[in-house]
Amino acid sequence: MQVRNDKGIIKWILIGISALFLITMLVLPLLYVIITALRDGFAAYQNAVTDSYALKSIGLTVKVTVITVIVNSVFGLFAAWLITRFQFRGKKIISTIMDLPLSISPVIAGLVFLLTFGRQSIIYPFLEAHDIQIIFAQPGIILATVFVTLPFISRELIPVLTVIGNEEEEAAALMGANGFQIFTQITFPHIRWAFLYGVVLCSARAMGEFGAVSVLSGHLRGLTNTMPLHIELLYQGFDFTGAFAMSSILIVMAVIILILRNLLEYRGKKELET
Amino acid sequence: MKKKKRVIPGFSLSFGIVTAMLGLGVVIPLCSLAVFSLKLTGAEFIATVTNPRVLASYRVSILTSFTASLINAVMGLIIAWVLVRYRFPGKRLMDGMIELPFALPTAVAGISLTHLTVPERWIGSLFAKNGIQIAYTRIGITAALVFIGIPFVVRSIQPVLEKLEPEYEEAAAMLGASRTQAFFQVILPEIFPALTAGFTMAFARCIGEYGSVVFIAGNTPYQTEITPLIIMAKLQEFDYEGSTAIALVMLLFSFLILFVNAIVQNRASKR
Amino acid sequence: MPDHTQTYVELKHISKTFKNFKAADDISFSVEKGKLIGLLGPSGSGKTTILRILAGLETADSGEIYIDGKPVSQIPAGKRGIGFVFQNYALFRHKTVFDNIAFGLKINHWKKGDIQYRVDELMELVGLTGLEERYPKQLSGGQRQRVAFARALAVQPQLLLLDEPFAAIDAKVRKELREWLRELINQVGITSIFVTHDQDEAVEVADKIIITNHGRIEQTGSPVEVYNNPRTPFVVQFLGNPISIDHTRFKGFRDTTADASAVIRPEYITVRKKNEPCPHPATTEEGIVERVAFRGNVMELTVRVHGQHLTAYRQLGQELIHEGENVNVFLQRIYLIGADGESVTIAVDESLRRENG
Repeated sequence: MQVRNDKGIIKWILIGISALFLITMLVLPLLYVIITALRDGFAAYQNAVTDSYALKSIGLTVKVTVITVIVNSVFGLFAAWLITRFQFRGKKIISTIMDLPLSISPVIAGLVFLLTFGRQSIIYPFLEAHDIQIIFAQPGIILATVFVTLPFISRELIPVLTVIGNEEEEAAALMGANGFQIFTQITFPHIRWAFLYGVVLCSARAMGEFGAVSVLSGHLRGLTNTMPLHIELLYQGFDFTGAFAMSSILIVMAVIILILRNLLEYRGKKELET
Repeated sequence: MKKKKRVIPGFSLSFGIVTAMLGLGVVIPLCSLAVFSLKLTGAEFIATVTNPRVLASYRVSILTSFTASLINAVMGLIIAWVLVRYRFPGKRLMDGMIELPFALPTAVAGISLTHLTVPERWIGSLFAKNGIQIAYTRIGITAALVFIGIPFVVRSIQPVLEKLEPEYEEAAAMLGASRTQAFFQVILPEIFPALTAGFTMAFARCIGEYGSVVFIAGNTPYQTEITPLIIMAKLQEFDYEGSTAIALVMLLFSFLILFVNAIVQNRASKR
Repeated sequence: MPDHTQTYVELKHISKTFKNFKAADDISFSVEKGKLIGLLGPSGSGKTTILRILAGLETADSGEIYIDGKPVSQIPAGKRGIGFVFQNYALFRHKTVFDNIAFGLKINHWKKGDIQYRVDELMELVGLTGLEERYPKQLSGGQRQRVAFARALAVQPQLLLLDEPFAAIDAKVRKELREWLRELINQVGITSIFVTHDQDEAVEVADKIIITNHGRIEQTGSPVEVYNNPRTPFVVQFLGNPISIDHTRFKGFRDTTADASAVIRPEYITVRKKNEPCPHPATTEEGIVERVAFRGNVMELTVRVHGQHLTAYRQLGQELIHEGENVNVFLQRIYLIGADGESVTIAVDESLRRENG
């Protein structure tokens, strides 16, 4: 990487513009949330985040995030393997469909599940007969979150798998290793950082998903309200301290995620260099 | 002809799992949107998607998203340039925080930006003195979308800029080009595809954005009501036909953006 | 009929097409036990594909492969008993040298003590004892190649395949490694096939050379045979440093067919100073030296004769020839490619022919 030590003022003007922009757009909102959350003292803060509805929303968010990450890890690993290791008809179509969720508005993502499982769906009588509730219940929230974050892990794995190529795997196959042995012993060590990176990105988005979840949740306090939905509820009830207190938890998570992301990216880059 | 054997194992398993998950999780839900829209007659569809309030929402959405993405294209280019070409204290930190909008839940960003920009508070009061209101106006929507879109542009330009050899500019300088000439005639054409990709990704994301905008927008019909919000409002009234019709228009528009980008990228790779 | 008792590997009518590209077109050849075979051809000639089909890394569209008399097409790659050295070695970057070599043994459930013994033995064989705990990135190119070789040999395969084994190594070490590999293969006594695009490599190392082009075999034979008696126009153009000439202008070849095109190699051109003895004056031409280049071990001369530029070598010990000097030029033999573009005949200078009766 080229680092030019420009003596000109252009350098400092550009750095100044960038810093000012990033501080106003990114840092200030964060600081504001933390300061507002603690405005009424630490006790108020503690009350807000230990409220039983707050705790339940935290629990639901954790549950949704964990399930989403597991489902998308399975999908991501198999999809990346399929796309980078085999030539077959329909590959282009599959990789296009895989990335589709990225270009669909979260609100529309929620809508499509509403139409698939809701009252007007052809399978609704079946679902009702078996007392399966998806819409306005936790399964719907999970489905929508999985949909929105589906390509997050595969997108991190595909470039890495493409770069490392498949010679090592062929060599292992020639020595008689089976699929499981090849994957765990040869392939996975190469992609572990990229995989973790994908997991981190996926959890970040899953944790904070708002639009899609909002459509499908039904907003039942303590039952189908995730943290972002709970924050919305508090905010609309003018409980700003509560809303910002809950937000501060998500902000701390976001900062942790950013730090992890940077660490993992650094490890991943080092890995590819060798 | 013998049955094709593959040395790398796992094709059938991967293919099965991936197609099953895509089928159940993506294709069927999207198809149900198409199936459901068939229930609408052509006239109903046209009437819904060309309702004056809906038309106004397209305008608000496209205008604010486009402006925000344009701002991001310029700022993203400057930030990427600074991060690749200069060495200065705090560089690692600056580089590390670019993805904050990915990591921070949009609703949190939304309420925070709203509060910051109402006339009584920090940033809002600065602008209020000059008679500019940010929160609950299109300026506010644009600000929220700038927040959402910035990482897309920075992260698509950065790697291309890193690969651009300094010899390139030096060669231009040796041939007598000024720094501005070198930038506009040598560097900009090289990073243009990446810039376009970043711009379109940000644009597509902004058009569909809901969480961060809904709080700051104020949601005044015809003025600050974005299209995703109209869909949401119709859903809350259980008007599934209406929301489906508008969703289809939005999808169409998103695919159009992606298509334009695909053409630009294709041209660039053929050069 | 060739003697089949010694045949170890046999390919019969192997064909393989990728999309519109014919990588192997009706390939048939056989390899005798214990021999070292070089598959030589330009890039894209299908040589690597043949190797990969043999290993089971690709499946042929048609044809059959026999190893030790048994058809192997239905046997998966891992069970064919083949050792494979990849072009970039494909060493497992996350495993130590020891674990790389031991990998195949562990997969085949060898006992721990046996693995230790076998790896020690191989490390000694390839001369890397002491480097067991290194990772591939801590090794030089030559050392990596030795590890790849040891790893391929670990499970005692009956056939060793090497894909461009020297391509990723510095030119200086390459020559050394060639001799090392040749000796080692002799020592182990394993039937081996290697792929290369470098004719020097093939000629120096192989017992037998198979020249491929456009997915077909052009010629098969010992290095000397193939080099001296190229039988197809492609082989004529591919080996040595051939130059095209208009042979009808040269006295020694006036009686050869005029409608054929001719090719000559520098080693068949003798350039002498005017004051040096001239053994075949009747067919010696006069030329002018246009360029003299020092090539390390020989001088390379560019001589103009009848308006054509010929390249010739001259030993360093001989009296120097200068640019612009008038010289005698004698062409010993040329290769004539028939007008049909398929047949190749060797034409020897008229005076030499008469001399030899």
